[in-house]
Amino acid sequence: MGKTDRRYCVRPTVRFLDDKLIKKIITEARDVLKKLGVEIHSDEVVSMLQEHGAHVDKKHVFLNEEIIDKALKTAASSFRLYDVLGNETHHFIDDQVYFTPGSAALNILDHKTNRIRKPSTRDYIRYAKLVSRLQHIASQSTAFIPADVHERISDSYRLFLSLLYCEKPVVTGAFTMEAFTIMKNLQVAVRGTEKALAEKPLTIFSCCPTSPLKWSDVTVQNVIDCSDFNIPVEFVSMPLSGFMAPVTIIGTLVQHTAETLSGIVISQLRKPGTPMLYGGSPAAFDVRYETTPMGAIETQMIDCAYNEIGKYLGMPTQAYISLSDAKMLDAQAGFESAMGATLAGLSGINSISGPGMLDFESCQSLEKLVLDNEICGMVLRLVRGAKPKDDFPSVPHFEELLKERHLLISEHTRKFLRDEIYFPGPVVDRANRTRWEAEGASTLSQRAHDEVERLIGEYEESRLPDTIKKELVTLMESEAKEYGMDRLPDRF
Amino acid sequence: MEILDRISEMLQRGDTGKVSALVKESLTENIPAKQVLDGGLIRGMQVIGEQYRLHEIFLPDVLLAAKAMYAGMDILKPSFIKEGMPSLGKVVIGTVQGDLHDIGKNLVGIMLKGAGFEVIDLGNNVAPESFVETARKERASVIGMSALLTTTMPVMAQVVELLKAQRLVGTIKTIIGGAPVTKEYAQEIGADAYSFDSADAVETVKALVKPA
Ligand code: B12
Repeated sequence: MGKTDRRYCVRPTVRFLDDKLIKKIITEARDVLKKLGVEIHSDEVVSMLQEHGAHVDKKHVFLNEEIIDKALKTAASSFRLYDVLGNETHHFIDDQVYFTPGSAALNILDHKTNRIRKPSTRDYIRYAKLVSRLQHIASQSTAFIPADVHERISDSYRLFLSLLYCEKPVVTGAFTMEAFTIMKNLQVAVRGTEKALAEKPLTIFSCCPTSPLKWSDVTVQNVIDCSDFNIPVEFVSMPLSGFMAPVTIIGTLVQHTAETLSGIVISQLRKPGTPMLYGGSPAAFDVRYETTPMGAIETQMIDCAYNEIGKYLGMPTQAYISLSDAKMLDAQAGFESAMGATLAGLSGINSISGPGMLDFESCQSLEKLVLDNEICGMVLRLVRGAKPKDDFPSVPHFEELLKERHLLISEHTRKFLRDEIYFPGPVVDRANRTRWEAEGASTLSQRAHDEVERLIGEYEESRLPDTIKKELVTLMESEAKEYGMDRLPDRF
Repeated sequence: MEILDRISEMLQRGDTGKVSALVKESLTENIPAKQVLDGGLIRGMQVIGEQYRLHEIFLPDVLLAAKAMYAGMDILKPSFIKEGMPSLGKVVIGTVQGDLHDIGKNLVGIMLKGAGFEVIDLGNNVAPESFVETARKERASVIGMSALLTTTMPVMAQVVELLKAQRLVGTIKTIIGGAPVTKEYAQEIGADAYSFDSADAVETVKALVKPA
């Protein structure tokens, strides 16, 4: 007999660091913050930190132990997100995982031509409609930048379209300091009041420190603006191993920890309790091609490992991990995304960013999003693990099998079939060869495209009240006017 | 000349100490500084550049070689006091206003310098006027601009417009790069060239400054 004290239900988990190493990495990161400090391009933030006892030398802020501890003390260990209707959709806690599409692509992969192009309003609306139908993608992200509006409103415009067409909460971010106001106002319009928005967060803002150890004026302003309105932030530190960070995984982790801790300090000292995700998008820099591969196994290992550090510090986590650097929907696109998603799920990264994304976070594909939705479905199944479901005693089940010669219609099967086995949609080919041939011998790319069209065809309008939708349009139109656009592109 | 071959070879190995020593030695042997520069340092860097382009070596190898080259150039500098350090040309480079992504721009700058260009790096978040002013003052032949955001690409067009307004198009060439930028975009805004990585940037800038 094996161990008898082992619990029945085991959540499958992968670990890269033990507590001792985690502690060491955090200690080293704190040391870096104390001795080398962070460069912060905001007088307001610098003086705030000074008031809290940080040593300051011009733009350099040296963070001591007390300040970091103070910030960590108020860092929430969990928080919730709510859709546009105010229903809870996410509870970032423990090892609970949720998927969200990769954000802010420059291009979209056109299915017909298999080439990239700049996305339009129409593409964005199709994307939002599609996400509303994807079961395993829990939130939207502002996934790409419609090129048919003025650049200065392109970040707020995608949030506007998302709020109009899809009910799911949104992972987003501002490109400039000014854009925050309209992006906040759109959210307030959905919730009714600033207070209601603070009580039921609708979006997460990505805020990036600049490796190494620097905060730009834009991104640090976004951090404190989010604090003021209780908008959750995800810190997206991007150390590039071997280039803008030490070449080793552990060295990169020290840098990532230091940069993320600095973000936590800024956010929490501005307003204690602001919801945060301990996030990132590091990469093992490819010194041959001068690129930042998101599909590299080392990139994924760094992601999973910093997630453990975030959890150790008592925070929910995020990572850019279920995506690929392939240029089209090919085998590389599948294996890199699936590998990342699987590791992320097993690690318990709470918000897993990436689905749909190709080409170093620069290209979104609706067809890939549909495929990735299946990967996400399988990972969500995977992390539920294997647990007994009326399996014991076993003898009656086998008596039934021997007697009936199958269990297809047994009560046990009927009770647990759908819970136990995940059945992917038509994108994943499970037909036998003859049937597959008879049904047109379709390729993955064709099936994915058909599925995109089917799901968009099934789209049901967002239940956000019309009055609010009108208000969103008014807000966006007046923002567009500021930049000389008399009218917004047609929405069809 | 054997010593120049050895300089080139040591440079390719990224051996700063040996390159410095050999450059000193060749000067004491009265080899003209210009010859040491062209036949030793620049020649070695050309080999490195080509090997990198073909993925025979990796970025760190290039940077080590470049470091060795700078060390050699420092020793040669006093010999060029009068006529100034010869260079393939001056390039003003920067990431455009509103954009903080400077990693790619830095790499391009390093590689251009390694290839023998004089590089004036204006950093990130650079205003259009600043590109043009600096290029004019410094009599640069090329402006290199980087943009990584959809929102900041149009600043590149503003620089080209400024050059047009000041009748500097042709005198000062423009080259652009960055993830959202394409060859087509360069054509659209009237920039002279586009490049997709640092090795290609070196070749393209060389072609830009070649007298027609
Ligand atoms: C690293 C990175 C960052 C780092 C930058 C650190 C730094 N010091 O530069 C940090 C974390 C700070 C950052 C911040 C942000 N980023 Co960023 N970032 C990236 C990322 C992942 C890689 C860029 C990179 O360094 N690549 C490696 C280098 C070597 O390659 P490269 O830059 O392409 O340069 C090469 C060529 O393009 C060419 N080249 C480049 N410049 C030039 C110039 C000349 C003259 C020539 C000839 C050639 C040339 O040669 C280079 C060498 O090979 C890209 C993704 C991507 N695919 O590009 C996103 C990306 C560019 N970022 C993005 C975003 C949204 C942001 C933020 C707005 C996020 C936020 N909300 O805070 C902020 C920007 C703030 C601002 N105002 O600038 C988006 C852009 C979206 C869009 N549609 O515009 C991208 C595409 C990622 C994404 N999908 O979200 N980012």
